[in-house]
Amino acid sequence: MIPAAVGYERASDLDHALELLGEPDAKAIAGGQSLLSAMKLRIARPAVVVDISRLPLRGIEVRGDAVHVGALTTWDELAAAPALEDPALAAIGECARGIGDLQVRNRGTIGGSLAHADPASDMSAVLIALEARARLHSRSGERTVPVAELFIGPFLTALAPGELITAVVFPLSPTGSGSAYASVDHPASGFPLAGAAALVTGDGRRRLAITGVADRPFPAGDDVRAALASADIFGDGFASAEYRRHLAGVVADRALERAEARASGGRT
Amino acid sequence: MPERLEVVVNGRARAFDVEPRTLLVHALREGLGLTGTHVGCDTGQCGACTVLLDGKAVKSCTVLALQADGCDVTTIEGIARDSELHPIQQAFVEQHGLQCGYCTPGVILTSLDLLARDPDPSDETIRHALRGNLCRCTGYQTIVDSVRAAARELREAAPS
Repeated sequence: MIPAAVGYERASDLDHALELLGEPDAKAIAGGQSLLSAMKLRIARPAVVVDISRLPLRGIEVRGDAVHVGALTTWDELAAAPALEDPALAAIGECARGIGDLQVRNRGTIGGSLAHADPASDMSAVLIALEARARLHSRSGERTVPVAELFIGPFLTALAPGELITAVVFPLSPTGSGSAYASVDHPASGFPLAGAAALVTGDGRRRLAITGVADRPFPAGDDVRAALASADIFGDGFASAEYRRHLAGVVADRALERAEARASGGRT
Repeated sequence: MPERLEVVVNGRARAFDVEPRTLLVHALREGLGLTGTHVGCDTGQCGACTVLLDGKAVKSCTVLALQADGCDVTTIEGIARDSELHPIQQAFVEQHGLQCGYCTPGVILTSLDLLARDPDPSDETIRHALRGNLCRCTGYQTIVDSVRAAARELREAAPS
């Protein structure tokens, strides 16, 4: 399988990227682990791909009361980042280590995954539970959007045409917080049949998010059973809606238990 | 419109024209005749096309050739020294790590990425690292044995 004919432009800096992305049917490419597969199947047929992979939008940095993760940071970099060893952020590395496989983790980026908006994306649940915000740049300026509001449907985001995700920002939780991610995966695809991220904060709050069971990853507040009862959960040939609902509750319990253990200083 | 691709493959600088839609695996196979990099599933699942891009294992069917411009690519053809097999190739021979051999180049390149990070991996670590490389001949046990044997050989050969 070979993509349809396409143009290729390599962005030299952010302004150049935004200018190129202003062209009709232009699409940003970073690691390409989702986009190229879609292009090979000819589900995606952009006129031009704008290669942003060499822009300096990479790395993890604690600034004030937030952790900034550049959009081009790969799963592999997230999996082993010392800056994310804080128990409150442990779900990020835990989740990243289980994504795809080594080759995919070497190329795939957090920003690219967000823009792809797969309804079964693992990391999306973590980003929502940790109340991350996506930083978006366009030629008309910049804005930040809660990740939970970025997803508006399967493979659909609230990104405006020409807008680029440049970073993901996690607020730091108070001391004594812990987070975790748990999933039950489809054995062939590796994508979760149900995945859950949990954050337990030092000041007694609990936040959960679920992925893999609905048309988009969604926040489940602090009462996951209530959220699952009212969620529009889908079934398919692999797992019925009823089974997915059950499984989501199970992985939510597992994530919560591990987040609580991490919050109380247990080694998990 | 073809564009110029300049890339260092197995230590040798190469320059040739590719269409922007050309995937790295096709540039290697058809542009340079390096057919040791195999096309298996062609959908990013099987890992047969794995090469090292700046030292990191990637599926060359899921990278545009132009994205590798200016980079260093290592394929299975580039790991032996003259007529002497690389220790990991020798280990696969000795441990019966292959049957038909189709998946082997990809398995070996992924394993080299793993061994560069972790010179003494556990069986569990080896299996986790090779999750993106499918073998359809037999099981994975002799592949794991081969990687473990190669790790030992490379550790012993390394200056301490």
